[in-house]
Amino acid sequence: MVKFLPLKQAVAENLNDGDTVAFEGFTHLIPTAAAHEAIRQGFRDLTLIRMTPDLIYDQMIGMGMAKKIVFSYVGNPGVGLLRRARDAIENGFPRSIEIEEHSHAGMANAYEAGAAGLPCAVFRGYRGAGLAAVNPNIKSVTCPFTGEVLAAVPSIRPDVTFIHAQKADRKGNVLVEGIIGIQKEAVLAARRAVVTVEEVVDNFDDLHPNLTVLPRWTIAAIAVVPGGSHPSYAHGYYARDNAAYLEWDEIAADREKFRAWMQANVIEKSADDFAARVEHLRKAA
Amino acid sequence: MSDNQNPLGFTPNEMMTIAASRALRNDDVCFVGIGAPSAACNVARLTHAPDITLIYESGTIGTAPDVLPLSIGDGELCETAVTTVAVPEMFRYWLQGGRISIGFLGAAQLDKFGNINTTVIGDYFHPKTRLPGGGGAPEIATSSKQVYITMAQTKRGMVEKIDFFTSFGHGEGGDHRKRLGIDTAGPTLLITDLAIWKPDPVTKEFTVGSLHPGVTRQQVQETCGWVVKFAEALDETPAPSELELRTLRDLQARTKAAHEGTGKEKAA
Repeated sequence: MVKFLPLKQAVAENLNDGDTVAFEGFTHLIPTAAAHEAIRQGFRDLTLIRMTPDLIYDQMIGMGMAKKIVFSYVGNPGVGLLRRARDAIENGFPRSIEIEEHSHAGMANAYEAGAAGLPCAVFRGYRGAGLAAVNPNIKSVTCPFTGEVLAAVPSIRPDVTFIHAQKADRKGNVLVEGIIGIQKEAVLAARRAVVTVEEVVDNFDDLHPNLTVLPRWTIAAIAVVPGGSHPSYAHGYYARDNAAYLEWDEIAADREKFRAWMQANVIEKSADDFAARVEHLRKAA
Repeated sequence: MSDNQNPLGFTPNEMMTIAASRALRNDDVCFVGIGAPSAACNVARLTHAPDITLIYESGTIGTAPDVLPLSIGDGELCETAVTTVAVPEMFRYWLQGGRISIGFLGAAQLDKFGNINTTVIGDYFHPKTRLPGGGGAPEIATSSKQVYITMAQTKRGMVEKIDFFTSFGHGEGGDHRKRLGIDTAGPTLLITDLAIWKPDPVTKEFTVGSLHPGVTRQQVQETCGWVVKFAEALDETPAPSELELRTLRDLQARTKAAHEGTGKEKAA
């Protein structure tokens, strides 16, 4: 049953060295605070799964925490490239990492298959695509009814998934609104799920009955971290901090600058520092 | 916008965006790719195609943003959409389900058969430059009924041989799509800053059908890495109308103003 915990404890209780872990969020509600807590606790040899690894995976890869990444778009959204991930892929710095690359359709189907308890996902994809030749996990199956050849990829079953959401109620049910991305599937595909939220409300009585709510018994732990998805945005709470995304392009371009930034802004900080980072972005949301 | 206005009163980039916008119809359902296509799709919506359905891969269906989004997942795309669905639903029901009439893509590297590379420069396992990768594009390229491509011409971007097949166009040309069991039309239009290209009906090689005002054949060849074929009857693209230019410039000005202080202009 879900527990409300300080983020430090929620991460310590649910993440281990060597885990396969997803920190999901599709340009919106990115679980930055949870990722920064994982960085402070110094986990190693992680397999990092994410459709759109952005700043947080660039940071974790740059800190040498990842042995493998599974992804479908490794870019800084709206800005360009991820320079720490590139350094690891192109130069093996600070360590070489294994990559498993898919398309968005491949990852989305694989998460959905994980949530559905299936061993693999079947869909019409990767036709003529070079990825099928470089990723041995992209295979094909023949439809037993029509003979059509379809793509197959293994389902995604993370040991733990981290997401950020707008609200929890007092019982621990979680509401996700706006661009909902892949978060529901990523939670239901995982053995354990940890959610950071903007706030806790008494109940969800007044909500539309079809909103995306994750029942409390699907979640291991909730931590209340206002601003916890900065520099991405939380629909209804605060806007994207685009300056931070642009700034990241320069920070991540240099190994020393990156280390110094991580020391000052992650290692020496805590989850409590996030609220102040979004204060100037609240009006714009 | 960095490029200089030509004596005709508009820039090559403006001509590209406006020519691309004209290709879209009011009843199109358009999957909008990251980058250059976004401006063209929204100019179409704000001029001749007010009812066009614009879809971004973040799950926003029928979106009508007042300013150009920074990324494919901006909050405004969701706020102005008819509905917002989860990402697996986007790719399964709406794209794979055959609901998309036009997939509109940009390209880092393009060959003459409309194959696109946005994955790596160099060898995949030992890349010279690791690019972001395909995202939604591999399936947009094969599940949309047709694909339009827009990019500014450079010799580095338009090459004889791409380093990686991120998104399949016409492969080696001819009936290569059909041989792979792909029954959609694939790339049917390429709009650059200099010309409008269409695939040859048989070989599927992109052929210049229309030069933008003031552009010469030589300029098209000098900025393209393969030997360019030109249609026998070469048209001139109509210059942007006053309405088209004003719509595009207003959209860009609103976009800049909306994101002032957040560094939008550098990212757009």
